[in-house]
Amino acid sequence: MTPRASTAERSQSAPTSGHLRFKPASRTPLQFTGLLFVAPALVMLAALTVYPSVWVLWLSLLRRVPVFGVESFVGLANYAFLATDARFWNAARVTLVFTLVSVGLELVLGVLVALALAAQRRGRRVALSLLLLAWALPSVVTAKLFEWLYHPTAGLVNFLLGGRSLNWLGDPGLALPGVILADAWRTMPFVALLCYARLLAIPPEIYEAAQVDGAGRLALFTRITLPILRGVLLIALLFRTLDAVRAFDIMFVLTGGGPAGTTETLTLYAYRTLFQTLQFGLGAAIGVLVFGVVMALAWGFLRALRVEERPA
Amino acid sequence: MSARGRLRDAVVLILMTLYAGPFFWQVVTSFKPESELLVLPPLLPSSPTLAHYVAVFEKSLVPRALVNSLGVAGLTVLLAVALGLFAAYALARLPIPGRGALLLLIAASTAFPQITTVSPLYLLLRTLGLRDTWAGLVLANTSFALPLIIWLLAGFIREIPEELEEAAFLDGASRVQVLRWVILPLTAPALASAALLTFLMSWNEFLFAYTLSASEASRTVPVAIALFPGVFEVPWGDIAAASILASLPPIAIVVGLQRYLIRGVLAGALRE
Repeated sequence: MTPRASTAERSQSAPTSGHLRFKPASRTPLQFTGLLFVAPALVMLAALTVYPSVWVLWLSLLRRVPVFGVESFVGLANYAFLATDARFWNAARVTLVFTLVSVGLELVLGVLVALALAAQRRGRRVALSLLLLAWALPSVVTAKLFEWLYHPTAGLVNFLLGGRSLNWLGDPGLALPGVILADAWRTMPFVALLCYARLLAIPPEIYEAAQVDGAGRLALFTRITLPILRGVLLIALLFRTLDAVRAFDIMFVLTGGGPAGTTETLTLYAYRTLFQTLQFGLGAAIGVLVFGVVMALAWGFLRALRVEERPA
Repeated sequence: MSARGRLRDAVVLILMTLYAGPFFWQVVTSFKPESELLVLPPLLPSSPTLAHYVAVFEKSLVPRALVNSLGVAGLTVLLAVALGLFAAYALARLPIPGRGALLLLIAASTAFPQITTVSPLYLLLRTLGLRDTWAGLVLANTSFALPLIIWLLAGFIREIPEELEEAAFLDGASRVQVLRWVILPLTAPALASAALLTFLMSWNEFLFAYTLSASEASRTVPVAIALFPGVFEVPWGDIAAASILASLPPIAIVVGLQRYLIRGVLAGALRE
């Protein structure tokens, strides 16, 4: 029995609260109305997310290469192949580095920007507009902005570095940092916005009291601000980590995974296997693994958040 | 206000302007004559030109792609809001069997990686004959828009005092009437936030659109920009102009409807 239904039973026996007071005998019709209201959305979700996720599991057990008319059940062979596939492990490593560095940068910068904005007296709306612009642009546009900034001869980045001619996206050592920078630029405003909203909710009396007690600025930050931001930072970490593992557009457009696979993430490897070499089974297997990683991360973070909330 | 405070505010504003610099640089580029594109310095064009915008409108597929993007994003919002509002109300208020499991499924599907579902979605929509159509893209986008809308709206509806509905029921109103005349007006701001976020996500969406579109019949702006034709040299000026056009709706939302956007983002992230 669901929690909602047990509440309904209680309000039937004690008819003082809840809407059921007016229709005491109408629980079944209410359930019916509820199902009727949920049904269209549910059908849609079943067709567009549940069914595809089950289908992709099945696909990942097939060897399916449509161009050659090949389709046969191969069990876990695709996964066994990936386990010893150097390209897969390289993609996993790139995804890990991309996620760790990009999310780390965003969190640090995001907190700093949030602090600056929260102390802003005039022009907050303008400052927020300028900040959120980077976050709201289509990621393909962001990729094009940075491709142009990184241009070896006409790029603003090399110009500002004093007329260098670094080949940002063509150099195996620079391409991943270049992609990470573009992604961090795009997503840091989200972290900053969450922290900024939390900072605004802190009553100024807390700071005043601490200052009376002789706390310095650093102490105010580490003893008051950071602990208050802890919860919201965990949430930002959750959303940003999941997004970074799922990231696709920025590297697909900016580098296409190159040079020499140095920016090829798991999502990019999956896409190219699916739609460029048309190996649907193998591509589906990589997709399933990405799904597993994302769900495991989400579950882990939500557990951590719940632990976080308990003492509060 | 103290002089120091004013100086501080000015510094923050300058820093934020610099942060948006990559975009402004693209604006500058879009007005540069072809001959000055590949030379630095000068930073600014000697005589700003609209040539790239003219080229984008007359020779590229971007105008058609803008129409496609607008149509797909608009229809996605309509579909997701229409289905989502009823579902959210039911999940927030009515005794649905298996409600906990449903909410869990909806929350989890907001985290589904697109790369995982893109191949079966492609096969499904191809079988239905919806490849390279608006309808196919709208359905694909609904797969991520609908869970988000339900999640946001259910949270908002739960905050509306039940007494307001009870008063309407006493007057003999039906569920649908209550939804229309009590809940809808009260959730209008939340609905606006959810719709804005959905529009923005659909407008910016790339992976589904790139995979499911095959011609100008359904190519959206991000796809058109990613596939911008350049045979011998990359047309940086035209790409810049197309990028600016693609950015206009997001900018309008960030500048003009900022309050709704921020409310939606915060509710989506912070609501349990």
